[in-house]
Amino acid sequence: MKIVVCIKQVPATGADKRYAEDLRLDRAGVEAIINPLDEYAIEQALRLVDDGSVENVTYLSMGPEQASEALRRALAMGGDDAVLVTDPALAGADEWGTAKVLAAALDKLAPDVALMGMASDDARGSLVPGAVAAMRNLPLLSYGAELNVADDAARVRRLSATGYDWLSAPLPLVATVTDQVGEPRYASLKGIMAAKRKPMQTWSLSDIGLSAGDLRGAALTRVTDTRPPEEKPPTERIENLPAAEAATKIADWLTTRKLI
Amino acid sequence: MTYLPTADHDELRAMVRELASERIARRAAEIDEKAEFPWDLKDLLASQDLLGTCFSEDHGGTALDTLAQTILVEEISRADATTSLIPIVQKLGALPIILAGTTEQKDRYFPRLASGEWLIAFALTEAAAGSDVAANTMRATREGDNYVLNGSKRFITHGSIASVLTVFALTDPAAGGRKGMSAFIVETDTPGFAAPRVEHKMGIRGSPTAELTFDDVRVPAENRLGEEGEGFKIAMATLDRSRLSIAAQAVGIAQGALDASVSYAAEREQFGQRVADFQGIQWMLADMASQTEASRQLTYAAAARVDAEAQDLPYWTSSAKLVAGDTAMRVTTDAVQVLGGYGYITEYPVERMMRDAKITQLYEGTQQIQRLIVARQLLQRAGVAKRG
Repeated sequence: MKIVVCIKQVPATGADKRYAEDLRLDRAGVEAIINPLDEYAIEQALRLVDDGSVENVTYLSMGPEQASEALRRALAMGGDDAVLVTDPALAGADEWGTAKVLAAALDKLAPDVALMGMASDDARGSLVPGAVAAMRNLPLLSYGAELNVADDAARVRRLSATGYDWLSAPLPLVATVTDQVGEPRYASLKGIMAAKRKPMQTWSLSDIGLSAGDLRGAALTRVTDTRPPEEKPPTERIENLPAAEAATKIADWLTTRKLI
Repeated sequence: MTYLPTADHDELRAMVRELASERIARRAAEIDEKAEFPWDLKDLLASQDLLGTCFSEDHGGTALDTLAQTILVEEISRADATTSLIPIVQKLGALPIILAGTTEQKDRYFPRLASGEWLIAFALTEAAAGSDVAANTMRATREGDNYVLNGSKRFITHGSIASVLTVFALTDPAAGGRKGMSAFIVETDTPGFAAPRVEHKMGIRGSPTAELTFDDVRVPAENRLGEEGEGFKIAMATLDRSRLSIAAQAVGIAQGALDASVSYAAEREQFGQRVADFQGIQWMLADMASQTEASRQLTYAAAARVDAEAQDLPYWTSSAKLVAGDTAMRVTTDAVQVLGGYGYITEYPVERMMRDAKITQLYEGTQQIQRLIVARQLLQRAGVAKRG
């Protein structure tokens, strides 16, 4: 059983974000990390290795050369090898371009499960997993709080309004998991040392059978505007009151807004 | 000889810093208050392979260079000095075996020490023999294939929780401590061994400092380290290296206090401006930062001398421990001053750091002993022979 975990290198969550002239995120000189939501996908894959249901974990990322640092960090947590797809033609790729590239790379890697985080911390489009599944004509099991794999099928436990649903689909497939998976492990010192010796391949577009023309400039979308979120109204605090009085005030507040 | 950290050192620092800030720092106040050994953090460090950095890969360790081991201690200590003693003492206790042990002794003990399954302690100090190591009185008498140990030790860090000890005892009392002392590996489940008392301390309160008693403790002769009479030499060679860990601990404590001071000064407002905007505070912060950095660089320089097996190693490690220990005391005291009343209460970490800093001026050789060592080295270099 083989899993490919797709990861994205993103600017550190707390880092100051700047935009380039084309209104895309300027990544130069910003501390970069593994997309925190992808770390849950890594953790899920490694737990399946720990319990013996998966033999091989490969990491796949599309990005500039420096994204190899994220792959190396993932390898320090566990797993076997990594592939970076990097090509000058991929600069400015949007969700469609990214999905196209990942789908082609996954066709080549042919895993039983292509596993992803539920969203990226920088763009939060959440479109790539679905697009990859559609392009590869495979089932998508999304938003798993847990992923199991068996001989010829996988299933996810997904949080619903009333509890949990179990969804299953035949392999191969695409799956995404949420932060309900459990805390991602820390890389151990031996893991960090071993990661330096694990194989990492770099593929260009031609290695996955695509050309710059197929990518149509890597993006079908264009960013027309960016702006900081509007400031929220100040938080109203109800403090230093007896519990019953505080509860009444909160209930009144909610009632006047027709929330209860 | 270079001692600038490499990319590998930076990677290790980032790894330990993440672990320390996310998992260790938040436990520090509770460990201090309850004076309980943090077994959970021992397990955490073990699971991350951070207790085996001084052991070879064959023994399950990671064989990091001394600078890397220094950075490890510094980064843990920055969050909590008590927890930094776990790797410090694991190395301190093992150093006599690293320096003088046989292959069989290393094969037998190192795997369990590298994995953290067993803790080790270094049992040299006695109630009446602190700085004056040669005044030790504990006895080891040869009886057939065994040595029989009798006596007591005091101020032994982790002595009550270790599974194994390196113990120094007189095999030839007539020859005195310098010539008549030998070193032994003692497993603490040996009959006759006890740790009857743990000290109540000012700082590093989660780290048990124990009194140990040996009542006819029989140790197989194969557990002797080196030859009979080499104990003093092994102890000194150990301390020449291990005191560097204390320098690293001191640098970490100072950096932790500096970090807390800067963030407090940047947030706290008095007289309508941030505390950090007062020049009087800026001057304090600048002195704290530059002195901490000087201590760090001297400690790194000394670390490089350990791996280079420098002839004048004691000069470097004693200088580093002397400067870093005094710096930690001064910087933590100033940190309490920067925080004012808040610095004096347990709501903020700097009063704990100030109490923790004091021990770095005392253990593994007081600052006065360090000066003695530095002065002797200095006079040796100048060709001035010792008189009397």
